[in-house]
Amino acid sequence: MNANRKGLVTFSTIDPDAALRAAVAKTRTEMIAEVTASKLKGRGGAGFPTGVKWNLAAAAKGDAKYVICNADEGEPGTFKDRVILSEVPDLVFAGMTIGGIAIGSAKGIVYLRGEYAYLRAQLEEALARRRAAGLLGPQILSKSVGFDIEIRMGSGAYVCGEETALIESLEGQRGEPRNRPPFPVDTGLGGQPTIVNNVETFACVAAIFAKGAAWFASIGTEKSTGPKLFSVSGDCANPGVYEFPMGITVAELLREVGGEDAKAVQIGGASGRCVPASEFARTISYEDISTGGSVMVFGPQRDMLAVAKNFMEFFVEESCGQCTPCREGNAKLLEGIEMLEEGRCSARYLDELLTLGEVMQNASKCGLGQSSPNAFLSIVSHFQDELMGRTHGPAR
Amino acid sequence: MLVTEQQRLKDDIGRWVQRYGAQRSALIPVLQEIQAKYSQVSEYAMQEAADHLGIHPVEVYSVVTFYAFLAEAYQGKFVIRLCRTISCDMAGKTRVARQLENDLGITFGQTTKDGKFTLEWANCIGMCDQGPALLVNDHVFTSVTSEKVHDILELCRKSFGPLAVHDNRHEEARQ
Amino acid sequence: MSDQEKANTQTSRAPISQRGHLVKMPTNGTAIGALVTISIDGLEVKVPLGTTILEAAKQIGVKIPTLCYHEDLCIAGVCRICVVEVEGQRTLQAACAYPITSPLKIRTHTRKVRQARRRILDLLLSKHYGECYSCFRNGNCELQSLAADLGVDFFRFGHPDKPTSETDNSSYSVQRDMNKCILCRRCVRTCIDLQEVGVLEAVHRGDKTRISTFMDKPLAEVVCINCGQCINRCPTAALGAADPTDDVWRDIINPAKHVVIQTAPAPRAAIGECFGLAPGTPLTFEMNSALRAIGFDKVFDTNFTADLTIIEEGTELILRLHKALVEKQPVALPQFTSCSPGWVKYIEHFYPEMLPHMSSAKSPQQMFGSVIKTYYAKLHNLDPADIVTVALMPCSAKKFECNRPEMASSGYKDVDYGLVTRELAQMFKEAGIELPKMPKSDFDDPFGTATGSGVIFGATGGVMEAALRTVIELVSGLKVENLYDHANILPVRGFDGVRYVELTIPKVGPVPDLLKTNKHLPFDSWDWLAGATLKIAVAHGTANAKKVLEDIKAGGKLSECHFIEFMACPGGCLGGGGMPIPTSPAIRAARAKAIYAEDAAYEVRKSHENPAVIRLYNEFLTDGPNGHTAHHLLHTTYTPRGKYIA
Repeated sequence: MNANRKGLVTFSTIDPDAALRAAVAKTRTEMIAEVTASKLKGRGGAGFPTGVKWNLAAAAKGDAKYVICNADEGEPGTFKDRVILSEVPDLVFAGMTIGGIAIGSAKGIVYLRGEYAYLRAQLEEALARRRAAGLLGPQILSKSVGFDIEIRMGSGAYVCGEETALIESLEGQRGEPRNRPPFPVDTGLGGQPTIVNNVETFACVAAIFAKGAAWFASIGTEKSTGPKLFSVSGDCANPGVYEFPMGITVAELLREVGGEDAKAVQIGGASGRCVPASEFARTISYEDISTGGSVMVFGPQRDMLAVAKNFMEFFVEESCGQCTPCREGNAKLLEGIEMLEEGRCSARYLDELLTLGEVMQNASKCGLGQSSPNAFLSIVSHFQDELMGRTHGPAR
Repeated sequence: MLVTEQQRLKDDIGRWVQRYGAQRSALIPVLQEIQAKYSQVSEYAMQEAADHLGIHPVEVYSVVTFYAFLAEAYQGKFVIRLCRTISCDMAGKTRVARQLENDLGITFGQTTKDGKFTLEWANCIGMCDQGPALLVNDHVFTSVTSEKVHDILELCRKSFGPLAVHDNRHEEARQ
Repeated sequence: MSDQEKANTQTSRAPISQRGHLVKMPTNGTAIGALVTISIDGLEVKVPLGTTILEAAKQIGVKIPTLCYHEDLCIAGVCRICVVEVEGQRTLQAACAYPITSPLKIRTHTRKVRQARRRILDLLLSKHYGECYSCFRNGNCELQSLAADLGVDFFRFGHPDKPTSETDNSSYSVQRDMNKCILCRRCVRTCIDLQEVGVLEAVHRGDKTRISTFMDKPLAEVVCINCGQCINRCPTAALGAADPTDDVWRDIINPAKHVVIQTAPAPRAAIGECFGLAPGTPLTFEMNSALRAIGFDKVFDTNFTADLTIIEEGTELILRLHKALVEKQPVALPQFTSCSPGWVKYIEHFYPEMLPHMSSAKSPQQMFGSVIKTYYAKLHNLDPADIVTVALMPCSAKKFECNRPEMASSGYKDVDYGLVTRELAQMFKEAGIELPKMPKSDFDDPFGTATGSGVIFGATGGVMEAALRTVIELVSGLKVENLYDHANILPVRGFDGVRYVELTIPKVGPVPDLLKTNKHLPFDSWDWLAGATLKIAVAHGTANAKKVLEDIKAGGKLSECHFIEFMACPGGCLGGGGMPIPTSPAIRAARAKAIYAEDAAYEVRKSHENPAVIRLYNEFLTDGPNGHTAHHLLHTTYTPRGKYIA
């Protein structure tokens, strides 16, 4: 596995039809066992074991079950799903079909973010091709199982990338995350068992069935298997989508993309964390720095307070607004950043803000609120002397 | 609103509800159709949609105000959404923004008097490796410079093709 | 699971997330696996699977603070005040929303928990404009008492020094001050889910989220039915009732004005709550003395016109039945009751095509107003222009009702002010009156004599029970006590959302004289009703009303009914939007108990036996029930409003 370069390597070599054929030759139990054996974890960032999720959904009782592909790729700095969907959509559809058969679902939905509307026509064409080829529809590969996929568009709300908010949105509601438990595998779309997986996760599933769980598990580290796509942007020579095995160090990654002189890297997007140069030896994996794949490189000249401010502005606007810590907390953190900008934030109040950040991590209702202070907290902890005691306001 | 136009809107909503189903889960697709064709989800449209789906108008209003791509106020024929998230910011979105404002004579959140252009901010549109990036309706423009702004606007002004209204090819294909 | 919860999960329109957990409660509590043992702060408790942490904690007396949680409403889990530590979970969990499905170890007041709760409260206070001492919820505010409990002694994240929005005073009934809103969304869940009226929702998102109406219109211009259920469930003063106490005081001290007050039954069973008494402590007679003490010239009992309503509405029903059964004319059946003004506005907005079903009888409040300004004025030689009628009601919608333009059949505004329980309690307090310690005194004549039938109007099913007592006696000539023990028609009582009862008329007697005073009565014997089965139903809460109306439209079982009682508020008037805050199923049950106890204490318990009512017909409404005078003074018309908002 030597894929340290720009573009899609592993995925472009997978035959989605072969994956689907290999899958339907197995029983449902064997299919889920295969996914479990690959140790695949969710590629959206949270890293929940896919096999476990599918097993729960397969065991859950329901009148209908659903397979949802989360293509609401809204995390700042993430664009690998766009590339997968435009270059190898059949992998995703094959992965969804496999998921559907495995859990006993006849209906898949791709929730495509509104910003990617220009991809819709070609995705519809790909679906039509698959139906014509008997890869979707009432009898997949002439077997007695049916599965079809519908595309539903998002309407400009980052929070809908949270799986229960996504389901609410599909039900015609505001994209407000639900209380969990119950989880979607038990009570999802329309109250029925539902699996929600990331675009890349479904592509990985196709890869696993085409090449085997053992092959997949042989890539990466013990706990973080398989290849991973990274969306690289910011101050580097060659931004773009990269594929690396899990477990790569930040330094190695920066070398590959031409960003060696970075002073910090934001890994995991706005909800991820800021890693300073002193920690570039850390690895990107579920056991160390977990990420959905966003890597933003900050060169030596960057003002880290401006970076923190941009992220906080993002969350103030994209919070769904239902729970107190996230709705009010993000606004308070942004206000604090403005105080820092203007050089009028006391050390004591900064301390209050750090505690507030922790409270938001602990007490928010969903992943958005729980991760929204991450960037601020990590930037403050690593660049405090850059932030305090400013003598002039921001350039407006 | 003219009576004939209200009737047209009413008929359209009826048709869309028939296509997506008369249940709450059809709400957002129906609103997206309304937005695409009428450049807004008007008060009348919200009441009509609510009535068809058996929900309250305020619930529709609640949903419309939640999603960035749905608007209760009229939006221009071309909605320009400039990404303001960090990668595009570092790539120079500020100057692009300034030039857009200069060339259109409006600020962000406004619509030109002729009803052609609306200027909006977008949060990360997934073009971080090619920033600054912006969307004009459903079409994406990348590596935009302040120089290129004029060309993009001219393209809009001259174009009544795919840029002018939403891409409804798949809609027609399904009929 | 309470009935309300059951109703929520079965019919809810709320997002699934807010419908509460969907884990099935075990029917057999002793079955293996049905119970799970958890530990809360080291105390062990065995609970059925699916019990929330909050419910489990309550069982062992561990208090977890809440704000967005309300017993009547589906779960939101949004304020996050109730967060607790669950062993093995990285983040804190909302106790109100977390169903227990495995043996958990829970801690409710660790440092992490206390730190979070305090910061969350600080965040809420940073957006909550206003000073406690200039607020009508001072002393009865959940945010305030939470701040006291958590020891808030400074504003960590600041405190707004000016309002950001104007109070919406457009409605005669409900006022909204969004500066005090903490976005707990109880009002949203009340309006959309509990009542299915759909006026309030959260709009926009992020830090711009706020509660609003359709297109941010003033309340007076949307489909608000004025039920005020949102007021009763608001933890702060963001929602309140339009308060007429200043005007009432002004008229009381004006010697030229003759100020009379009529008091409805429900407030008497609840006003004690404002003075620290337990719910369901009736203070009817103490209140009479207190009202005179603060300067009301006369204190009357609304029960008098409740009895009058029964006669008018009952006669109307009999006439409709005759038209349908004997004359074979098209007539709207079932007949709907019309005494709940929230319900009246509901049907005007949402089912205007069904308005012909409405009884044209005015509500007791409005009947009283027109009788006072005509009959009473004449009787006492008073100029109606100098009479001020105040109505003490459990109900915020009564404020709107008395301001309806058609409510002036006396030639004057029939009822000048609708005062609610909370406001009267405030007046007493202002006057230094300790209500529970007041001596007891009776109502004033001539409208003091009431029957138990009037009293039970305050509870759901009460109007129906009162009507049945009268109709059965009038038609059969039998004493209803001989048919039902103590005349308690138990099948119509209770708190089930919709109740359906069939009663067979045992025999027919002679047509009573009271009815015969109506010269146009189209029959002179009851033979046509012999052996008939009366089908009736009762619904409370507009969500249940909607179910009934939909069933009728679909030609279901309820379309065969003859008479249906509707109350806009859950529990009927005793759960009204003007009643003391807070409200809960237990509080409403206690109030109901007090009301039925009062009914049982009356000797005369049937409306048609009320001597004052009989006298009124003899002296004033001489052409009888549903006669010309009665029609002019005691009946009304409705406005098909529709739900479209121009």
